[in-house]
Amino acid sequence: MRKGFVVLLALTIVGLAAIVGLAEMKYVTVMHGWPGEQAPAFQKIVSAFEDANPDITIIVEVVGRDRPALLATRLAQGNPPDLTPHPWIGTMKQWADAGEIVNLQGIVDTSDINPALVPIGEYRGGLYGLFIFPNVKSLVWYNPKEFAANGYAVPDTWNELQALSQEILDDGGVPWSIGLESGAASGWPGTDWIEDIILRTAGADFYDQWVAHEVPWTDARVKAAFEVFGDMFTDNFVLGGATGALTTNFGDAADPLFLDPPAAYMQKQATFINGFITDHFPNLVAGEDYAIFPLPGISADATPDGSIPLLVSGDVVTVFNNRPEVIKFAQFLTSETAANIWSSELGELSAYVDADPAQFDNPITRQAQEMLLNATVSRFDGSDLMPGEVGAGIFWTGILDYVSGIDLDTVLDNIEAVAQDAY
Amino acid sequence: MAGELQPSGGKASKNRARIGERIAARLDRSAPGRWVLRTGRAIARWLRSVRWNSWAFVAPALLLIGFFLVYPTVTTVVRSFFGRGTSLFGPNVEYVGLTNWKYVFTNEIMLTSLRNNALWAVLFTACTVGFGLVLAVMLDRVKYEKIAKSIIFIPAAISMVGASIIWKFIYAYKPAHLDQIGLLNGIVVAFGGEPLGWLIQRPWVNNLCLIAVGVWIWTGFCMIIFSAAYKNIPKALLEAARIDGANEWRVFRNVILPLLGPTAGVVATTMVVQVLKVFDIVYVMTNGNYSTEVIANRMYKEMFNYNNYGRASAIAVVLLILIVPFMIVNIRRFVSQEGGR
Repeated sequence: MRKGFVVLLALTIVGLAAIVGLAEMKYVTVMHGWPGEQAPAFQKIVSAFEDANPDITIIVEVVGRDRPALLATRLAQGNPPDLTPHPWIGTMKQWADAGEIVNLQGIVDTSDINPALVPIGEYRGGLYGLFIFPNVKSLVWYNPKEFAANGYAVPDTWNELQALSQEILDDGGVPWSIGLESGAASGWPGTDWIEDIILRTAGADFYDQWVAHEVPWTDARVKAAFEVFGDMFTDNFVLGGATGALTTNFGDAADPLFLDPPAAYMQKQATFINGFITDHFPNLVAGEDYAIFPLPGISADATPDGSIPLLVSGDVVTVFNNRPEVIKFAQFLTSETAANIWSSELGELSAYVDADPAQFDNPITRQAQEMLLNATVSRFDGSDLMPGEVGAGIFWTGILDYVSGIDLDTVLDNIEAVAQDAY
Repeated sequence: MAGELQPSGGKASKNRARIGERIAARLDRSAPGRWVLRTGRAIARWLRSVRWNSWAFVAPALLLIGFFLVYPTVTTVVRSFFGRGTSLFGPNVEYVGLTNWKYVFTNEIMLTSLRNNALWAVLFTACTVGFGLVLAVMLDRVKYEKIAKSIIFIPAAISMVGASIIWKFIYAYKPAHLDQIGLLNGIVVAFGGEPLGWLIQRPWVNNLCLIAVGVWIWTGFCMIIFSAAYKNIPKALLEAARIDGANEWRVFRNVILPLLGPTAGVVATTMVVQVLKVFDIVYVMTNGNYSTEVIANRMYKEMFNYNNYGRASAIAVVLLILIVPFMIVNIRRFVSQEGGR
């Protein structure tokens, strides 16, 4: 009896100590949807924060492409994650209107973030997203060794690019590799093409009007942009034609450039494809075996100062629950430490205001960072700015329909019909 | 009247009876009192007639069904008359009457979905039931029956998502001059043909490809049920038919099929209920693109991607209405079977 009592007492003391200990530990839940190499890099950032703040534990949930659905259910239940990096600016605005997210204006200090990037997260006077994981999208990836071997020059203008494509075709190769497949999100790489083309043919102001649905999707300039994209298929510039583009996953679309002999020579994709290339071909060296050049401008009227417009995207950090430890972590994510871990691990861009391009080992990251810092005209990815039904719905399927042969006017009418409902 | 308050014996109940008689005598004196007495006795009679024990056993299950089935169904039907938004009801949600219903029955994408669901219902059911039946009858005659049935049944054990991923690889396409990684295109190219993008050929090829995946998963299930029913047919009947000079086809058509009729009915209704809510296969393989959209996928998109709970509710109710007739048939059959015991 006495022995039992002693054991019980010991257990109670241990239990109380554990409860007291646990009560002092603070938890922050983070949900992100980064596959592949980005997850371990983020984990390094988390570990760096936990080392500096031993009383806070970060619980990271990695979710796939169904994250919008999961977040919707968690919000409805009332227990969203504390913090999530995401690219859906349109949805962020809906959350802000519904009061689901925290206005970080005045709570988080944004002086460490590149000032060009801060406005992306602003909405109606409040700050709802910290834009700290940027991606440059207007990049054409190519194999410099193959270019040198065949005597191809990096084009500076659109006409030179078209001439190069024709030259490759005449030599018996295929110029472009395009991958539109992406599971439930299929079609999004095509929307990047259209956005880049609109910036280069109709200009940044028209781009803003188009994204805000101040001009209809049936506008002649929108139609012309789609036709520039469609011409690549009718001119046989794309590997596998429409079927090839529709069935190739975006992450595999760079692979044909590095086969022997190469099946294609150019691919337009954002900076993150770097990780996919090194994953599929571990022996390739950045800058020597694969390199980038910016997608050239198309029309001189669109960019009066002669610069090349930059299509930017990335993830903004949105906070759902306003607690001191959550804000502390959000603040840490804007810091130079976090930015340096992110860019050195992944070759990704740094949003840090004083980021020095020379610090990057990866020449591609250096080049992209310089583009980001020097761009006079840059715009955020349009489909992420539009409301869900359009930007993550009918625009994606519209691309797929157009590429698979549906008449362009029908496609644009369909998108316009949904857009009128959605805005 | 007093006789209805029969004591069951013992002092306590005799006391109760005496008190009861006194109250009854008191009440009997006035007209409203007599009314109270009458309704009181009617209630007592009803209370005695109800089988409280049975209800006590069923009550927990009924409560659960009421809470998790009836309440959401009613809420969904009501929600379908309201507009977009992610809250069930509230200040941001406005009444829109039949707008969502009009959308469900007139929008082009919804009509495509309804057409595709009809295609699935007809082809999928016909193929799974047909193949299941034929396989059950034929495999009964071979020595390796058990192995064959196990192999055919294995796909039923895989999740629908897993099967969809497998078949996505089988249908994979690579441009003609590269190596094919998809089994189907590999075979086509080996025979000298051009590879095809199976899942993007609209409108019939890709739908048939998706239905093939469903048939591959579920045929084993139908075959197992038919096999059990087939083995229950008395061998004497078949022997008698053969002795009477019927060839195998006549035996199949005139003896086996009628006897397997009831089983076929059960299997067919089960398969139709399964196929009307098909989602995983379409979601994983094409996400409804290229004219392969189905109702359940549409509901998912409207709800989670577009945050339009009103439309999603309307689509959900349509799905419910489509399935209800088959459920009624199934329940009627079940009740008549139970009643026959």
